[in-house]
Amino acid sequence: MTRKPDYLAHAILLMGVLIFIFPIWVTFAGATQSAAAINRGDISLIPRLSGLVVFVQALGLGNAAKGGVPVWHMLLVSFGMALGIAIGKIAISALSAFAIAFFRFPFRMLAFWLIFITLMLPVEVRIIPTYSVMSDFHLINTFTGLTMPLIASATATLLFRQVFLTIPDELVEAAKLDGAGPMRFFFDILLPVSGANLAALFVILFIYGWNQYLWPLLVATNGRLDTIVLGIVQMINPEALPQWNFVMAATILALIPPVLVVIAMQRWFVRGLTEADK
Amino acid sequence: MATLELQGLAKRFGKTTVLHGVDLALTDGEMLVIVGASGCGKSTLLRLVAGLEEPSAGRILLDGVDITGRDPARRDIAMVFQNYALYPHMSVFDNMAYGLKLKGMKRPEIARKIEEAADTLGLSALLGRKPRELSGGQRQRVAMGRAIVREPKLFLFDEPLSNLDAKLRVQVRADIRKLQKRLKVTSLYVTHDQIEAMTLADRLIVMHEGRAAQIGAPTAVFDKPADRYVASFIGEPAMNFCSATLIAGGTAARLDAGPTVDLPDGARAGADDTRITIGIRPQHALLSTGADAMPLTVELIEPLGSETLIHGRLADGSEFMLRVAGPAPAAETIKISLPAHYLHVFDAESGKRLEPLTPALSAPAMP
Amino acid sequence: MERRTLFNGRLLPAVLVLPQLAITILFFILPAYKAFAESVRATDAFGLHTSFVGFANFLHLARSNLYQHAMIRTGVFCVAVTVLAMAAGLVLAVFADRAIKGRAIYRTLLIWPYAIAPAIASVIFVFLLQPQIGLITNLLGRLGIDFDYATNGGQAFLLIILIAAWKQVSYNFIFYVAGLQSVPRSVIEAATLDGARGFHRFRTMIWPLLTPTTFFLIIVNFVYAAFDTFALIFALTAGGPGTATETLVVKVYRDGVINLDLGGSAAQSVILMAIIVGLTAIQFRYTGKRAVS
Repeated sequence: MTRKPDYLAHAILLMGVLIFIFPIWVTFAGATQSAAAINRGDISLIPRLSGLVVFVQALGLGNAAKGGVPVWHMLLVSFGMALGIAIGKIAISALSAFAIAFFRFPFRMLAFWLIFITLMLPVEVRIIPTYSVMSDFHLINTFTGLTMPLIASATATLLFRQVFLTIPDELVEAAKLDGAGPMRFFFDILLPVSGANLAALFVILFIYGWNQYLWPLLVATNGRLDTIVLGIVQMINPEALPQWNFVMAATILALIPPVLVVIAMQRWFVRGLTEADK
Repeated sequence: MATLELQGLAKRFGKTTVLHGVDLALTDGEMLVIVGASGCGKSTLLRLVAGLEEPSAGRILLDGVDITGRDPARRDIAMVFQNYALYPHMSVFDNMAYGLKLKGMKRPEIARKIEEAADTLGLSALLGRKPRELSGGQRQRVAMGRAIVREPKLFLFDEPLSNLDAKLRVQVRADIRKLQKRLKVTSLYVTHDQIEAMTLADRLIVMHEGRAAQIGAPTAVFDKPADRYVASFIGEPAMNFCSATLIAGGTAARLDAGPTVDLPDGARAGADDTRITIGIRPQHALLSTGADAMPLTVELIEPLGSETLIHGRLADGSEFMLRVAGPAPAAETIKISLPAHYLHVFDAESGKRLEPLTPALSAPAMP
Repeated sequence: MERRTLFNGRLLPAVLVLPQLAITILFFILPAYKAFAESVRATDAFGLHTSFVGFANFLHLARSNLYQHAMIRTGVFCVAVTVLAMAAGLVLAVFADRAIKGRAIYRTLLIWPYAIAPAIASVIFVFLLQPQIGLITNLLGRLGIDFDYATNGGQAFLLIILIAAWKQVSYNFIFYVAGLQSVPRSVIEAATLDGARGFHRFRTMIWPLLTPTTFFLIIVNFVYAAFDTFALIFALTAGGPGTATETLVVKVYRDGVINLDLGGSAAQSVILMAIIVGLTAIQFRYTGKRAVS
């Protein structure tokens, strides 16, 4: 059976795709043009091939207003932060979910609810007191301060608990008969079996970490720990005229890692997301 | 090679008692099948022996050694699970090797044992595969292999065939029995399928509401069910029951449906007019034209090919099923008779089997 | 739901939950407690003396025109963002669910924007709409529309709504695609046999079956618009011009970090916590307690 193509569907989807790609394309094309042309309000939609070198140059450029930490350093901090948060969250969430799902211990439900409550306490609503706790512990302008407070995660713990509850009892019993203790079971069986969920969670958390803005804004005050997201925002809001082409190039550079991660792991990520949040 | 003894094994979950103290002894190399409907406590019994649950009371002795409180891995047992419980991320080889590795066995020895077991089970070509790349029957064999390589004193089977299709089940059932006989490993086998129980068991234990309703050889249980429950559970199609009254000093019974039947193997204890239940299996009742025959109103006829099932109702309104050779007679009402030596007598109130006071010499010898 | 098979031990599980609990208590519970404590105090103008003032901070907020306006502004913002982002996500998902060529590519191209940081989304739109250099600003200028989000409050508010919705479409798209995939084929086929076609089939069969997804997304989008858009708004306008784009979270930051009104900011934090607790409660009440069960 041959049918004529679904023109309406293609038109609407194409339009949707364009609405997302167009601003990125403008940014990309703009980055390759001269600062002067951009300042004239003359951004061409056709990239200048000779301007592609800007993506390399931008790496070395810094935010003069805040000590001139270069973009490559910001990318590195972002990478470290995203990785640290993703791995840290996965580690402590998997362990606590394991304890809650596979053991009965005093105050188990209390622990569960304490973790659950964090769902309702995003940084945005407790800015000042969190900052004061951070400065009490001398964690301002430290990498620990940048990552550790974001490592606690109700979402990840709930997801792991959910996944762990679906592990068949018999698999646990087989492992017990084989002589595996709890930690051996955790590492040899539970984590490998939850591999797909682990991958999905990693993507979600990596992006969560990479995209942080408010937290670095509070904690990274001397420039040394500026993340790329924070750095770019600060680059477009200085008193002096921004170097638009460099900022645009840095923006593209900031987008590449999280977008690549999402596209590369799309299948796991989509499943993980829709299962995690439900 | 080992003996297993359970002494007063009981299990309570909160207020509900799942197992009311079971006593059981398995001889070396015996295959004992635990059979019962779901919720009868059979799985709990197996899990207690495996060490996956802690008993509320009682002891478990393996080869005379008390293993009641011992960790499952240190009981020298192996278990085959209903859904096989293979580690999905490990190859067949690693599935079998995992327990041995944790025991600290050396690599070459593990490899040798696995090759041996794989050879026995026809798994040699599959050792590198993951469980999801195997068929149901192959997975079942891997689960068996994982049990065998441990060379345990005791095999535990938890409904290992229930995930297979009907045809494969018959074949694997025979394979398990052959293997168990060859390895001579004492085995405890749980199933809800009475045919599986009958065919596999050296002895079987029928569980009902947390108690051992009967323990014995399959034929003994079939021929002399200890109570109404066992009688109805074992045998397919299920036994017919007719309400009756004891008469003539316990040597005969008057059925509520009309006729009187003799109990030729001996008188039952109890005064005349004691209420009893007479049981007879569908294949043992006969089409008859005799004077003592009773009428059966036919409600449904199910031809099975060489035999026919006739569903009907007796004069007192009770249901009755008959299995006859060949086609059913074309009549709305047929006449049937109940041969005396196939009758089972149960106390109406307790459901317990009533044995003759003086066993008749004609009683068949039990194996 | 609980597991039947467990491991024994009391010390080990305690050790296992310890890191998570420690961080939770230090960086979540303790600050939340501090917010409560701070919300019932006031510091004098020189920051020398702090005194207990009871609910004065809250009463002050209740009477404050600025706070009331921020509240209304946030409400309008949340509704607008939720409606826009969900409608766009749903339409795209419905068409991406049709059996068309290149369906997988379309999906990928609509999913990737999930990865864009809210702050970066704003930066990208700056490139398009900045008064001097913006491509679209120039285009609008030629049409006689003077677009300047830095000085025109209404335009700024419209812009943050558009960016916030733009950023959230892919999330809704992902969930609606998943929701559509879980609509049983047999239901669609039965409806088709009953003669339901096109939009009618969607309205009578598919839309009702998507209700759980829709409800879940309403809450998530609301929470997103109310709380997660801080970076997006702050990077673009920092709440301005004036207070035109000052939503509640932006106000907490401005009052606390910039104006150093600790008591007032803390009282606002407490109110926000109450709102988020309410939203979470609704979510678990009506979406069948999916996460906790």
